[in-house]
Amino acid sequence: MAGPSALVLFGVTGDLARKKLLPAVYDLANRGLLPPGFGLVGFARRDWAAEHFAELVAESVREHARTEFREDVWKQLQEGIRFVPGELNDNEAFAQLKQTLTDLDERQGTGGNHAFYLSVPPKAFDVAVAQLRRHGLADRPKGSWRRVVIEKPFGHDLDSARQLERKLAKAFSPSSIFRIDHYLGKETVQNLLAFRFANTMFEPIWNRTYIDHVQITMAEDIGIAGRAGYYDGIGAARDVIQNHLLQLVALTAMEEPTSFGADELSLEKRKVLSAARVPSDLDAHTARGQYATGWSGGVEVPGYLEEQGIPGDSRTDTFAAIRVDIDNRRWAGVPFYLRTGKRLPRRVTEVALNLRPAPHLPFDGTDVRALGTNALVLRIQPDEGITLRFGAKVPATPMELRDVNMDFGYGTSFAESSPEAYERLLLDVLLGSEPLFPQPAEVELSWQILDPVLDRWAERDTPPEPYPSGTWGPPSAVEMLARDGFSWRRP
Amino acid sequence: MIVTLTGTNAAEVQQAIAKARHHVGAASGLVFTLVVVAELSDYERAKEACAEAGREHPSRILLLTNGRARADRLDAEVQAGEGSPGEIIALKFHGVLQKHRESVVLPLLLPDLPVIVWWPGRSPRTPGLDPIGRLATRRITDAMGDPDPLAALEVRARNYCPGDTDLTWTRLTRWRGLMAAALDAYPMDVTRATVSAAPANAAGTLLAAWLSQRLDVPVTLERTDPAVGITGVVLGSGEDEIRITRTDGNLASFSAPGLSSRLVALPRRDVNTLLAEELRRLEDDPIYAEAMASVVRRIDRAVARGQVRAE
Repeated sequence: MAGPSALVLFGVTGDLARKKLLPAVYDLANRGLLPPGFGLVGFARRDWAAEHFAELVAESVREHARTEFREDVWKQLQEGIRFVPGELNDNEAFAQLKQTLTDLDERQGTGGNHAFYLSVPPKAFDVAVAQLRRHGLADRPKGSWRRVVIEKPFGHDLDSARQLERKLAKAFSPSSIFRIDHYLGKETVQNLLAFRFANTMFEPIWNRTYIDHVQITMAEDIGIAGRAGYYDGIGAARDVIQNHLLQLVALTAMEEPTSFGADELSLEKRKVLSAARVPSDLDAHTARGQYATGWSGGVEVPGYLEEQGIPGDSRTDTFAAIRVDIDNRRWAGVPFYLRTGKRLPRRVTEVALNLRPAPHLPFDGTDVRALGTNALVLRIQPDEGITLRFGAKVPATPMELRDVNMDFGYGTSFAESSPEAYERLLLDVLLGSEPLFPQPAEVELSWQILDPVLDRWAERDTPPEPYPSGTWGPPSAVEMLARDGFSWRRP
Repeated sequence: MIVTLTGTNAAEVQQAIAKARHHVGAASGLVFTLVVVAELSDYERAKEACAEAGREHPSRILLLTNGRARADRLDAEVQAGEGSPGEIIALKFHGVLQKHRESVVLPLLLPDLPVIVWWPGRSPRTPGLDPIGRLATRRITDAMGDPDPLAALEVRARNYCPGDTDLTWTRLTRWRGLMAAALDAYPMDVTRATVSAAPANAAGTLLAAWLSQRLDVPVTLERTDPAVGITGVVLGSGEDEIRITRTDGNLASFSAPGLSSRLVALPRRDVNTLLAEELRRLEDDPIYAEAMASVVRRIDRAVARGQVRAE
């Protein structure tokens, strides 16, 4: 259970706040994890009264919360809800925010502990942080804490990421800055650690001797859906590969940490990320695409360039695939293929470890033609679980072999539904627990890996390759794997 | 559990499947995705065959039909549990969606597992190039489901792609087995062969083609009318003959040199059984490919001799 504290949400009218953050706050309260003295302050450019804001919170909770709506829980939460209208550069609004927080500390007993969640576009980070500092909101009196939460993207390349760090460091101490990568809050991602380090049977095959190549896919079936302002100019590689996918690489490939403390975990992630690099021939080992008009899941959808608010000549990538090699004893020679995209056939995130073919097959050639190689698939979302693929004999045939799947499903093995990623992460912020948040060094290392790719794409000066919506990306992505003798699996 | 969705899309169907499966509480363990492309009039029969196939091969079955509603709409019925280990998802396409069925099928394919398409009735000219057929590694057609089985078999043969098979071929499995066993037990240097079958029976045509290709002898195909399916095969060498005769589509009599007539159960099998057997094989069948090539050669030769009219 979190201690007395207030959570200030900047950008509370945004999609993320409405669909994820506010419901997560309620779910935490419902699970009894928020203290009696808890304050929730909304800050946005709207002329609302606190009651009106509370109504909107209730609405988003009813619609999106994971747990059922209970009047008594809501009453408890409602008492601490406040709203401050204003722009980020409005000094008066920040003065009012300060007053509101002082008031909350007194009346609700939030104890001077304040977390500021910046759910605002990256270009507004600077102003928000500077304003917090100017109005003394970042200064913590003795015995209390101040924390700031920021969302990806953490910059758009290594330089800008470092700049952002410097600005944040002026107002907040390193241990009070929380960078949210919501993937790390997912139960299945945390389970990756349990899977790897709590079991005996997987560790022996978790290396180049047995693993042939690794494919990490994060696919979305939706387009940019009203996020034009955020997405254009950023693109899939910066939006997803730099953070989610490279974090998944780190967790999949790292050595065993001495403990799951923030420093120990980060140390291992940093080690493996500093051993990771992209190939030198980037044209051959990367692919980028942009969705075009097409039929996706039975619905006709516009191409990226026809989306509202997107310039007709935009070169933003909505699909990106890269190869990453890890130069260490465990992984030398095992390519990691990362791909992400919008308007792909289905929403799915998976890490697939493909094992080497058996050294010898004492079967008839025709009997094993339908046989693939063994694979271990970690399903991050949806349908969270683990699949093990191996060959088996088809009944009623002499010795025909075929691939079969052995499945572990979270939903069927554990009846309790998993908390949403944001629930876990918000609670961790209030508790000051850091292990599930990427450290600045990891962010920088990830940019170091990705920057050469982004530079090469910019230098090539060609538009991204179009792919019809509802398909698995552009032909160059297929060729990129074919060159290495592989093909993408169908997740 | 059965969930019915009207005016839906692939993402909603996906959610309904996840919900239904969770409700049933079964881990998946499915072995492949079977896409069935049926005509509306064939719907019930195809659905029954799906349920039957699903019992032998726990699988996700997507049953595609074109509906008659005057709207551009997709309707779906998701069924999991209900006495079947797999899932049956009936998708009905109306209006313009009939031209974009593959966009709904693609997201619903099970990860990694093989995809098989079955056309119980009419099938596309070149299944391997069909938008739905292209998603699959195995394509199963049924010439006997076509109004003109002989023409359908010829089209199949001329447009063969690796991975194609026709249920006509599956109908021959036992005949082929019986003949191979007969030649093992009573070896002879076959110099002539005759196949007799009902007039529009495609299996007879394919059996004759297979025999002529394997034995490299002239094979005569006799049409007997009225008759049920294949009625007999004779393999001859001089005076010696191996003879299989089946007049009632069920019980055959078998004779060989030095062996008086014996009874052999050789029942015609229903489509459900044929499909379940065909689904045991998930890679292409080179023997079938050679038999189909032989069908084409025999037709071309007959056309050249002026015995039949070119298509």
